[in-house]
Amino acid sequence: MPTFVYMTRCDGCGHCVDICPSDIMHIDKTTRRAVNIEPNMCWECYSCVKACPQDAIDVRGYADFAPLGHSVRVLREEEKGTISWKVKFRNGHEKNFVSPITTKPWGKHIPKLSELEIPDKEALDSELLCFEPDLLNVDTGLPTLKKEQLKQGVYY
Amino acid sequence: MGKIKTVLEDCDILVVGGGMAGTGAAFEARYWGRDMKIICVEKANIDRSGAVAQGLYAINCYMGMQWDENQPEDHVRYARNDLMGLVREDLGYDMARHVDSTVHMFDEWGLPMMRNKETGRYLREGKWQIMIHGESYKPIVAEAAKKSADKIYNRIMVTHLLMDEGKENRVGGAVGFNMRTGNYHVFRAKAVIVSAGGASHIFKPRSVGEGMGRTWYAPWSNGSAYALPIAVGAKMTQMENRIVLTRFKDGYGPVGAYFLHLKTYTQNGNGENYEKKWYEHTKKLVGEYIDHTPVPTCLRNHALIEEVKAGGGPIHMVTTEAFQDPHLEEVGWENFLGMTIGQAVVWASQNIDPKYMNPELTTSEPYVMGSHATCSGAWVSGPEDLSPPEYFWGYNRMLTVDGLFGAGDTVGGSAHKFSSGSFTEGRLAAKAAVKYIQDLGDENIKVSNKQCEDFKEIIYKPLENYTVGRNEITAGTVSPSYLLPIQGLQRLQKIMDEYVGGVGTNYMTNENLLKKGIELLGMLQEDLEHIGAEDYHQLMRAWELKHRAITSECVAQHTLFREETRWPGYYYRGDHMKLDDDNWHCLTLSRRDPKTGEFTMEKAPLYHIVDDNKDSK
Ligand SMILES: Cc1cc2nc3c(=O)[nH]c(=O)nc-3n(C[C@H](O)[C@H](O)[C@H](O)COP(=O)(O)OP(=O)(O)OC[C@H]3O[C@@H](n4cnc5c(N)ncnc54)[C@H](O)[C@@H]3O)c2cc1C
Ligand code: SF4
Ligand code: SF4
Repeated sequence: MPTFVYMTRCDGCGHCVDICPSDIMHIDKTTRRAVNIEPNMCWECYSCVKACPQDAIDVRGYADFAPLGHSVRVLREEEKGTISWKVKFRNGHEKNFVSPITTKPWGKHIPKLSELEIPDKEALDSELLCFEPDLLNVDTGLPTLKKEQLKQGVYY
Repeated sequence: MGKIKTVLEDCDILVVGGGMAGTGAAFEARYWGRDMKIICVEKANIDRSGAVAQGLYAINCYMGMQWDENQPEDHVRYARNDLMGLVREDLGYDMARHVDSTVHMFDEWGLPMMRNKETGRYLREGKWQIMIHGESYKPIVAEAAKKSADKIYNRIMVTHLLMDEGKENRVGGAVGFNMRTGNYHVFRAKAVIVSAGGASHIFKPRSVGEGMGRTWYAPWSNGSAYALPIAVGAKMTQMENRIVLTRFKDGYGPVGAYFLHLKTYTQNGNGENYEKKWYEHTKKLVGEYIDHTPVPTCLRNHALIEEVKAGGGPIHMVTTEAFQDPHLEEVGWENFLGMTIGQAVVWASQNIDPKYMNPELTTSEPYVMGSHATCSGAWVSGPEDLSPPEYFWGYNRMLTVDGLFGAGDTVGGSAHKFSSGSFTEGRLAAKAAVKYIQDLGDENIKVSNKQCEDFKEIIYKPLENYTVGRNEITAGTVSPSYLLPIQGLQRLQKIMDEYVGGVGTNYMTNENLLKKGIELLGMLQEDLEHIGAEDYHQLMRAWELKHRAITSECVAQHTLFREETRWPGYYYRGDHMKLDDDNWHCLTLSRRDPKTGEFTMEKAPLYHIVDDNKDSK
């Protein structure tokens, strides 16, 4: 429906509520456990499934076109830098996949720009973006077009 | 309403929407605006928000200038060809010349890029696309934004832009509400960058039951990128250029990697190549455009649509040959698990193993966006060194409202940006915004309390509508005095579907239908004054709907204005079935008067600043 939550596994921690891009995972006031309050606005994006520490959320394909009996399970391990999938067909057939999710320790290689040297006025007035032209990896600099070219074929 | 708390924040640069473009903007703004106060407001949680929430398996825009694979000119020719001639070439060139530096940063930040084992270059999926393991694409770019901005506000939906009262036509910030606390947030800013993504769910989706959320573009892409600027009178361009996608049936799994990398191909229900059957027919509509390579996306849709209408369905993707190679089979599956998991769910549920069975393709409902094979969005200034006078008014990516910038899906005219190009455009807008603020000097923005208080009243009205109206009835969802968000959404989708060219009419519309549609959209917008919301979550749905409605009206007006069928396969003007280069080889512009709500339309010149060359016409 698309996501649903197993009663015995959910402890109401709220990680799914915090992450769902559609704002549809909410904590039910009576059971104090998570519930998808608007299944028809669920993208089956699995953000909540990946975030749940209790493995309490699963997906049952949309009722209007998905026959029962299938499952697509995921395990995302940030420390290992991998994501693993288990796809189970209605007929019991299974497929498994593992992919990397990052090549570097989380966030460490993203520069803290406020600590860098302040760019000068000339750079600000140029067409260059930060770390350009170096980061383009070309020695011809930032490409541009000649002004004469600009007027070719004007249509109204 | 007295109990609702107001939170006020003053800043220099306000980024509305922390998706691909917004994270790029927050990052670049810090580089150039070292001492500026930079705030990013996001409707969801920036770690998993926007179109890239579940990840991507490819970066669809990369030149590879370092290996001389493509140059920016080539990309302009490609995008122009795909959009049947009509793009802003200055914007496209500008994005393309910078996009490689963006991709190289992603690589440095830890995004896993696939490489060609022999050459060491990024592994190409196609001429423009490179393959990645992008499950964590969004958390990675979010981290860059979090490290750069002074503050990121999650779960705040921006509903309106504020205007400066000291100078006409200048932006002054934005307001919205927190869907968890209910707090009212006022952000006064010298420059605002709108990067709020495209619009799904303005046309009726193919699935209307539980599966209605399984649209191609994310259900949370609600058109704020268009509604916010339209409401303050910014000019929009090419809003008629909605996109229809050929995708795997029901799950909307992308076909790019299948066509380009896995070399799968399509056939009709009888196993025939149907595309060539429709060549002469298409040539009669669009002339020599059908001879361009690659065949424009809309024209390939057109062949599929005609074939299905003629009884040749279902259309299949032939996967059973490619999938005998275990490596290609793995790529095929991981492609979905990395960006459209719902497709894997559909296949598992229906026992579709593409190794043994060719899966079905179909065309989607239309979407409005500016970063894919389409270019709807705001009319912005181009860069100084590339743009002809009609395309340049001071600051790169600035809209026709001073201090208001756009990037990604927000910006019209610059198609084929995708994730990397949207991030790049965010960077371009942010640098220009920093310059704009520096040029302002100590000139202050004036936003009165009254302006803020008036918006507060408007924003929370749906809660009051509900409280009052609910007391009239015993129970249930049927009220004579209010509409619930889902009811209004379904009305909107029905109007757009039946009058403005959705799947229900095989994408067909005409002047009579459009005029009726616009009339009904007018009534819907009046009724939305009476929308009811039971809680803050529904209040968000109410505002999403209002933004979708104003976007939809703009789309309908543009569709009415352009009296030709420029993109068969995206939509058809039945009263003008042919492409008409004599009269319509131009861009369309609209402006909605904020006081009267009336739209005025005009044509804008189309400059071909890059010459025709090489294989692409
Ligand atoms: C299924 C799918 C597959 C795709 N495949 C690829 C691919 O393989 N390669 C590729 O390069 N690109 C791909 N794309 C395209 C790419 O995702 C987009 O081009 C890109 O995300 C556009 O960036 P954006 O910043 O404009 O919008 P988004 O990334 O959608 O960001 C918009 C942000 O604004 C926020 N927002 C919206 N409204 C408000 C509001 N009112 N207030 C506050 N915040 C708001 C949203 O929550 C969101 O975070 C794909 C897209 C989809 C949906
Ligand atoms: S994240 Fe898991 S355990 Fe926590 S509330 Fe959600 S479903 Fe329950
Ligand atoms: S799958 Fe995605 S949209 Fe659905 S409930 Fe989970 S996080 Fe929300």
